[in-house]
Amino acid sequence: MTEDTKPKPAPDSPEEMSRRQFFVKIGLTSVAIAAAGTAAFSYEYLSPNVLYEPSPIIDAGKPDHYPPDSVTLDPQTAIYVVRTGEGFFALSAICTHLGCLTAYNSDLGIIACPCHGSKFNRDGVKIEGPAPRPLPWLRMWMSDEGNLMVDRSQAIAIKQLVRV
Amino acid sequence: MANTLDQLVDQVRENRIWRSIFRSGTGESNLHKSLVVQQNVFLHLFSIKARKHTLEFTATWYLGAMTFGTFMILVITGMLLMLYYHPSVPQAYADMKDLQYVVSSGVFLRNLHRWSAHAMVFLVFAHMFKVFYRGAYRTPREFNWVIGVILLLVTLLLSYTGYLLPWDQLAYWAVTVGSNIASAVPLMGVKIRFLMLGGTAVNANALLRFYVLHCVMLPLFTILFIAIHFWRIRKDGGIYAGDQSSEVSSQ
Repeated sequence: MTEDTKPKPAPDSPEEMSRRQFFVKIGLTSVAIAAAGTAAFSYEYLSPNVLYEPSPIIDAGKPDHYPPDSVTLDPQTAIYVVRTGEGFFALSAICTHLGCLTAYNSDLGIIACPCHGSKFNRDGVKIEGPAPRPLPWLRMWMSDEGNLMVDRSQAIAIKQLVRV
Repeated sequence: MANTLDQLVDQVRENRIWRSIFRSGTGESNLHKSLVVQQNVFLHLFSIKARKHTLEFTATWYLGAMTFGTFMILVITGMLLMLYYHPSVPQAYADMKDLQYVVSSGVFLRNLHRWSAHAMVFLVFAHMFKVFYRGAYRTPREFNWVIGVILLLVTLLLSYTGYLLPWDQLAYWAVTVGSNIASAVPLMGVKIRFLMLGGTAVNANALLRFYVLHCVMLPLFTILFIAIHFWRIRKDGGIYAGDQSSEVSSQ
């Protein structure tokens, strides 16, 4: 093989690139774009757009179903309806630690979590245990039909009672 | 009698069909023995020779081999359990109970799957401790240690995803707790939990996702990494023999 037939060395200046370098760059760029697109499509595909989950809004029934001064757990919807002397409020029954369903002990008057032993009073305030936050108060209102309604997706910062 | 049996075996092994499948043929030479390993798609992952004392019980306690054994039991029993299991709510729980009380040998297969799963997790850890305390993770085997760590994580993920499938109280609350732990990841924790469960709560979507992960994606991933793990043993000079003098040079 003579000196002439050897391929020319790649040009040194940054403005010029060889045909091979150019196509390698084009190729790598298109693979990168395709990979980014695949990641975006995968993320979208894996996130459901419609959820067939129970509605966050719960019809808790007529107020007189709840005896005065009581805490009632609905395990299906994971809320407590608390009736005090002055009115009603709703409390999430899902432990703020790792999401277990808590239970109310009427003898001790406390809400306790079976999973890791967190305890709350009936206002949702933490008494002890690993739970980092109190049980949230949920938005509650009276429907036109006179039913107690609770929105599980809306925690309220200011504690207010629904008076009947 | 023995003669005729040997002759029969030889006849079969010299048969044209047999030879078209197993090309190495019969023979006692080192070349033949090497070819048997080299020309088999499964065996060629392993080296054609091994030092005798690496095959003794004390060298490895056979922990890696036993881990692979439990994995094979899990694959076979798992496929059989799939024939009676629907990953839907609430049918999954009923199918699990049917396997226990109605299906012939169902309870045996289910318990075999369950105990093998426990055994596999134990054996993976035991294997890692043995490798660690023998120093078998050192050069040139560092990368195979990394592959092993990946296999440990996949084993734990297989255990975790399999835990939901009976769809009983233990399964439901364990995965509720586990997915809430995942949501503690900074910034994207809630999103990770949403993608993992396919929703905001452990429900039909979560059961289906865990089923697909448990029965298809993670096992394929495991088989791939087991193949690399075994092949790397050969590439790194066979099972660690303990004496550095016989080591393959790392340069």
